[in-house]
Amino acid sequence: MIAALEPHLAILQVVVPLISAPLCSMLRRGDLAWMMAMVVSWLAFAMSIALLAQVMATGDISYHVGNWAPPWGIEYRIDAVNAFVLLIVSGIGAVVLPYAKKSVEREIKPSRRAHFYTAYLLCLAGLLGVTATGDAFNVFVFLEISSLSTYTLVALGADADRRALPAAYNYLVMGTVGATFFVIGLGLMYMVTGTLNMADLAARLPELGANRTVDAAFAFIVVGLGLKLAMFPMHVWLPNAYTYAPSVVTAFLAATATKVAVYVLLRFVFTVFGTGFEFAALTLTWVLIPLALAAMFVATIAAIYQVNVKRLLAFSSVAQLGYMVLGIGMLSTTGLTATILHLFNHALMKGALFLAIGAVAYRVGSTNIEAMRGLGKRMPWTMAAFSAGGLSLIGVPTTVGFISKWYLVMAAIENGWWPIAVLIVASSLLAIFYVWKVIEAAYFREADDETAIQEAPMSMLVPLWLLVLANFYFGIDAELTTSVATTAAKAFLGGGG
Amino acid sequence: MKHHLVLRVVTKLMIPFILIFGLYVQFHGDFGPGGGFQAGVIIAAAFILYALVFGLEEARKVVPDGALRILVPAGVLIFAGTGVATLLMGGKFLDYDVLRPSDTGGQHLGIWLVEFGVGTTVAAVMIAIFFTYAARPHQIDDEDW
Repeated sequence: MIAALEPHLAILQVVVPLISAPLCSMLRRGDLAWMMAMVVSWLAFAMSIALLAQVMATGDISYHVGNWAPPWGIEYRIDAVNAFVLLIVSGIGAVVLPYAKKSVEREIKPSRRAHFYTAYLLCLAGLLGVTATGDAFNVFVFLEISSLSTYTLVALGADADRRALPAAYNYLVMGTVGATFFVIGLGLMYMVTGTLNMADLAARLPELGANRTVDAAFAFIVVGLGLKLAMFPMHVWLPNAYTYAPSVVTAFLAATATKVAVYVLLRFVFTVFGTGFEFAALTLTWVLIPLALAAMFVATIAAIYQVNVKRLLAFSSVAQLGYMVLGIGMLSTTGLTATILHLFNHALMKGALFLAIGAVAYRVGSTNIEAMRGLGKRMPWTMAAFSAGGLSLIGVPTTVGFISKWYLVMAAIENGWWPIAVLIVASSLLAIFYVWKVIEAAYFREADDETAIQEAPMSMLVPLWLLVLANFYFGIDAELTTSVATTAAKAFLGGGG
Repeated sequence: MKHHLVLRVVTKLMIPFILIFGLYVQFHGDFGPGGGFQAGVIIAAAFILYALVFGLEEARKVVPDGALRILVPAGVLIFAGTGVATLLMGGKFLDYDVLRPSDTGGQHLGIWLVEFGVGTTVAAVMIAIFFTYAARPHQIDDEDW
C-alpha cells in the first residue's frame, strides 16, 4: 500500500492536510480536532522527509495532476529547494502541534477550537501547496488558501485580546493587496507568453527580449510578494498580527508563512525570470538592497523600544527578513546560500522564541516585559530556552544564527561590499539590546508579587527544547543545511533550475 | 413582510424555477456555460430570497445550521475524494480516465462529481454567510446615529 502511494507523494503532501481540514471541521470537539491535526502534521512531516530522500536519490520529481502533461496541465515539481522548504514547514507544524493543545485550551474558547485546527490544517495545506507546485497560478491559489486561513487564525486571538480583530483586518487588507498585485503580474506574464507553467515560462520569457510587459509583471510580482513576506517598508501588518495572534499561531507563522513567501520570491526571480533578465538584476541591487538595509536597522531599533515581547520579536522578524532579502540582492551563490540557510535557521530560532513566549503567556497571562520580572527563577526551563534562542538570534557562534550571518558577511565581502559587511555585523550587535532587555527583566529583576508561578507543562517544554536543541545542533554541525542550501543556490543561479 | 401579499406569492412561485435553473446550470455545465460555482450561487439565491421574504427563522427551519455545517465541508470532500478515488484506482490525482473504461466516459463522470462538490460547497457557504450576517443583532439603532 505504502509502496503504491510512493509515486504520488508530491501530491499527497498537499492533499492529505487539505482533505483533513473539512473532516476536522465536522468534528465538533476541540480535543478530537487536535488529535486529527496532530496526526496529519506528523504524517506531512514524514512525507516531506520521504520526498527529500527521493529527490536526493533520484533527482527532481515531476507529478502531472490529472495526467495532463505540462505545460497544459498542472505540474507539481519537487527539487532540492522546495523539498527543503517543505521539510521546514511540515517540521515546524509537527513540533508546534503537541504544544498547541494546552496553549489553545487556555487562549481559545471551546466552541472555536475545532475551527481553529481546521484553519491551521488549511494554512498548512496552503503553505505546502505553494511550495510543491510548479504552476504559477497554482501558487496564487494556494497562497490565498494559506493567507485566508491565516487571517482567521490571527482573528482567533480575539478571545484573549480583542485587538486581534483590527490586526487581522489590517492584515487581510494588506495581504489582499499583495495577492492582487501578484495575480496581476501573473496575468501580464500569461498575456505575453500564453503559459503558466514555471518551467515553460522560464523557457519562453528570454525569447521575448526586452519587453515592457514583462518588466511590469516583474514589478507587480516583487511588490505583491514583498507585501506577503513583510519586506520593509511593506511590513506594517506584521507586528500587530504577530502580537495579537494566539501564541501557537505566532510561532507557526513566524517560522513558516514569511519563509514560504521568500521561497516564492526566489523561485520567481531566479527560476522564472532568470538571471539573464537585466531589469531584475538592476531592481535587486538598487531597490532590494537599500530596503533590506533599512529593514535591518529601522526594525531592529523599533524592536528595542517595544514593551511587549511578542511585538519585540515581531519587529526582529522584519529585520531578519531584511537579511534574507539582502542575500537575494547579492546575486551570488554565497548570497543565495545565506538566504536559504537563514530561511531554515530563522524558522528554528523564531519558532523557539515564540514558543517560549507562548509558555510565559500560558502561565503568567501577559507577554509584557514588566510581567517577565523574576521569571528566571520561577520558570527556569522556559527562560533558559528563551535565552538560548536569543543568543541564536544575535548570531553567537555554535548557534544557527552564526552560520547564516557568517555566509551573509562572506557574500558581502566576496562582492567587495565592505560597508555592507560592517552594517550586517552592526545590526547584529543592535540585536543584543532587545534580547538583553528581556533577559535582564527575567534574571536581574525581582517580581513585585509573591504569587507562585509554576514552570510550563511538559507538553510545551518538550517541543520548545526540541527547537532550541536544533538551534545548537545545526549551529555546530551545519554540514547538512549548508550542502542543501549551496546545491539550491547553484541550481537557482545556474538558470532554469 | 406579512402584509406584502404580492411579494410572498411571487416569491413562492419563483423559487422552484430558480432551483430548476440552478440544477440546469449545474448539470449542463460540462456541455455549455455554467458549472458548480454559478449553480451554487443560483441555488443559494433561492434560499436567500426565501429568507428575505419569510424571515430568517423560517429559512433556518428549511436549512438548519447543523446541515450547513456538514454541507460546507462535504462539497470539498466530494471534490478531493474524487481525486483520491482516481489515485486509488491506479491513476494520477484527478485523472478521470480511470473512473470508467470508455474514451470520454471517465472524463464525464469525473467532472460531474467534481462540479457537484463545488456546487454543494458554494451554495452552503453562500447561505451560511447570509445567515451569519442576517443573524447579527443591531448594535446601533437607527435613531442613535
